[in-house]
Amino acid sequence: MSVVHRDDIGSKLGMWLFIFTEILLFGGLFITYVVYRYLHQEAFHLASQELDVAIGTINTIILLISSATIAMSITAIQQKKKKLTLALIATTILLAIVFLVNKYFEWGAKFEHGIFPGSEYLDQLGFGDVLFFGLYFFMTGLHAFHIIIGIAVLGFMYYYVKTDRLTHDNFQLLENGGLYWHLVDLIWIFLFPLFYLIA
Amino acid sequence: MSENKQNSAPKSYLEETGGRKGIFKWILSTDHKRIGLLYLYSIMAWFFIGVTLGVLMKLELIAPGKTIMGAQSYNATFTVHGVIMIFLVVIPGLPAVFGNFMLPIQIGAKDVAFPKLNLLSWYIYIAGSILVVSSLFAGGGPPDTGWTFYAPYSFKTGTNMLPAVLGAFVLGFSSILTGLNFIVTTHRLRAPGMSWMKLPVFPWAIYGTAWIQLLATPIVGITLLMVLGERIFNIGFFDPAKGGDPILFQHLFWIYSHPAVYIMILPAMGAISEIIPTFSKKTIFGYRFIVFSTLAIAFVGYFVWGHHMFTSGMSGTALFTFSILTFIVAIPSAIKVFNWVATMHQGSISTDVPFLWAASFIFVFLVGGLTGLVLGALATNVHLHDTAFVVGHFHFIVFGGTGFAFFGALHYWFPKIYGKMYDRSWAKTGWAIFFVGYIALYMPMFFLGVMGMPRRYFDYLPEYHGPNIISSLGALVMVTGFVIMVINLFRAVKTGEKAPQNPWGGTNLEWQISSPPTLENFDEIPTIDKATYKYD
Amino acid sequence: MAEEKHHITSYKTYLLVLSLLIVFTLLSVAITQIELSRWAAAAALLVAGIKSTFVLMIFMHLKYDQRMFRVMVGLIVALVVVVIIITMLDFLFR
Ligand code: HEM
Ligand SMILES: [Cu+2]
Repeated sequence: MSVVHRDDIGSKLGMWLFIFTEILLFGGLFITYVVYRYLHQEAFHLASQELDVAIGTINTIILLISSATIAMSITAIQQKKKKLTLALIATTILLAIVFLVNKYFEWGAKFEHGIFPGSEYLDQLGFGDVLFFGLYFFMTGLHAFHIIIGIAVLGFMYYYVKTDRLTHDNFQLLENGGLYWHLVDLIWIFLFPLFYLIA
Repeated sequence: MSENKQNSAPKSYLEETGGRKGIFKWILSTDHKRIGLLYLYSIMAWFFIGVTLGVLMKLELIAPGKTIMGAQSYNATFTVHGVIMIFLVVIPGLPAVFGNFMLPIQIGAKDVAFPKLNLLSWYIYIAGSILVVSSLFAGGGPPDTGWTFYAPYSFKTGTNMLPAVLGAFVLGFSSILTGLNFIVTTHRLRAPGMSWMKLPVFPWAIYGTAWIQLLATPIVGITLLMVLGERIFNIGFFDPAKGGDPILFQHLFWIYSHPAVYIMILPAMGAISEIIPTFSKKTIFGYRFIVFSTLAIAFVGYFVWGHHMFTSGMSGTALFTFSILTFIVAIPSAIKVFNWVATMHQGSISTDVPFLWAASFIFVFLVGGLTGLVLGALATNVHLHDTAFVVGHFHFIVFGGTGFAFFGALHYWFPKIYGKMYDRSWAKTGWAIFFVGYIALYMPMFFLGVMGMPRRYFDYLPEYHGPNIISSLGALVMVTGFVIMVINLFRAVKTGEKAPQNPWGGTNLEWQISSPPTLENFDEIPTIDKATYKYD
Repeated sequence: MAEEKHHITSYKTYLLVLSLLIVFTLLSVAITQIELSRWAAAAALLVAGIKSTFVLMIFMHLKYDQRMFRVMVGLIVALVVVVIIITMLDFLFR
């Protein structure tokens, strides 16, 4: 190979393009949501009351904070503050885990009430509820899957910073990891009102 | 050049093995040229299988009633034929093969932006194809929904939908990553002086296509995931018994699959736009128009998906909108045809092999496009939807368009890729037989469609017999031409005479480097100071 | 190319934006709980739009990046919106 030259903007562009594909991936689900919400307004309204706004709000704030901490880690690494960078990444990962734990209990409670895709109880509730909860589980599930991937990505970032593979003049990878994490946050910013706040 | 220099001249990419042996010098290499060829060989392998299935269907249809297979086998055959041809052959087709090989060279770069990701895309492609093929052999029998996977049948049928759908999903990833790579490459790696408006048309087409791959594929990805959700968790998104709407599935499916037809045709148009000026010895006519029509097609093509659903029970407003948009999207395609013809006008044309493919492309594309308009008009569509007419239309465009352009591009760039020249008279013979067989195979379908013969049935009424005989015989003729072409190219790789650097007198960068190119394409990154397609 | 000047955003800016985001979140909850008629949901979505603009511009650095990135993001969002509208042309008028 020739001189390997680094192209930070190219790398960032690649990350953004990937983010666009994610936006469209969820876009397909948003289309579905809009259509079924329109066809079953009343039922969506009522079904949404089943969700716990408090947990939803807490989770939203958790994700927002984690988004801020990972953003700050990029400032920290540029200021050559390795310890602070690591601490910020670790905080982000921690918050992500708390988010998942909350989600686990939230889903668990629903399952206990017999609300899960394909359950007999849900089928009795009617079309609107089937679709609302179908979308709820599918979309928040896919989102949670992205959080898990995000945790893995940030774990790598932590390791790279720790081993000095990412430094103050070579941190594009960390920025890309951050971008991915903000995307996860962005999607949640929309999921939250669509599912919790339409009651 | 001194003796010494000659000896130390860099080896071609085919000789440069990076110390790897046998198959590993292919499957471990991140060289964009080798990856392009990996795709070429894998796509060709699938194409052989797809053609075989197609011929089997034609044999079944040579006479009314059961000839060689029954209804269920026929359903499985057209499904697998469609899935292979669409997802494994034409969608990766030109971008993955010639985009990979030529895009970096034509913009004056040494490789794509992310070479490792490029190789990964190929592995994902292979993984997806294995999944698709496994659906043939596992338990419940091959899928029988057609390549469109329409709900609710796709989650009610007992056949092996899971691997097929999952395979299509995985293939989507490969397509997305390739598109991502090409966009970054085009933005970041153009040689100094290669401004956007000096970019040759083929890279432009690959760039436009890459955006569609990037932005449309996720929609089918999520749709297929939802179908998997239906099958596994019984959610109800598309199940009328649970309040779901199957027509929403059609929307989501076509939001991807109409743009996908532009993934197939845009690079084909790009390749044709390279061949025509080279063999007319004339600057391409209306470069800017061609570029802008490429972008316009990519853009408007995103909003016309509903023309596949005219008889589905959509609202009148939607019918009307989609029909108008469909007519609009035909305009940029027509502009291109006009530009090609204008390029040839008063040029000094040499009817060499690539030109023959390109010229026949224009003809079949015209037929395909015009029949598309017939289908895009609401009133005629009601009569023709789901008849053999539609099959004729899209084969004229997907096979006649993309296929002819693919073979044209193959003959055009073959000397550059392998550094060898093929036997031109055999190539012409192969083309002529192929072309005649092709017309005989698909032309009758228009008549059958107008007469009312539905598509996707293993049987038909006796009054449709005549055109079906012509069509089936045409298939055999066409395959003969195809075999001649392939054997001729194979022989050329083995024993062809050495090809010069610029056999056709082309003007773009790929003709200014050795045949075959060296590992890094250019000894020194070129600086571009004159406009593209300048013939003096 | 690796030498591009990077804008360094201060911690203060991030914390300020974060508090704004939290305030907006609580605001959207408040609006919808108080039951401001059927526009509540629309208001919540509007707030979500404002929040995501902050995240995109500050956290994701679009404000300081090349214009190309802002243009692309704008077009992608427009694309999603247009596709939703066209799809609804079917369901709204059925
Ligand atoms: C002038 C431009 C075009 C127009 C106006 C057009 C119009 C149409 C319409 C209205 C249909 C639906 C027919 C029906 O099912 O009732 C259709 C089907 C189809 N078109 Fe086109 N088309 C155009 C170009 C293309 C291109 C460029 C391709 C591919 C490279 C293509 C591939 C297909 C395919 C694959 C189908 C059938 C899908 C299926 O049902 O299995 N078309 N076209
Ligand atoms: Cu179409």
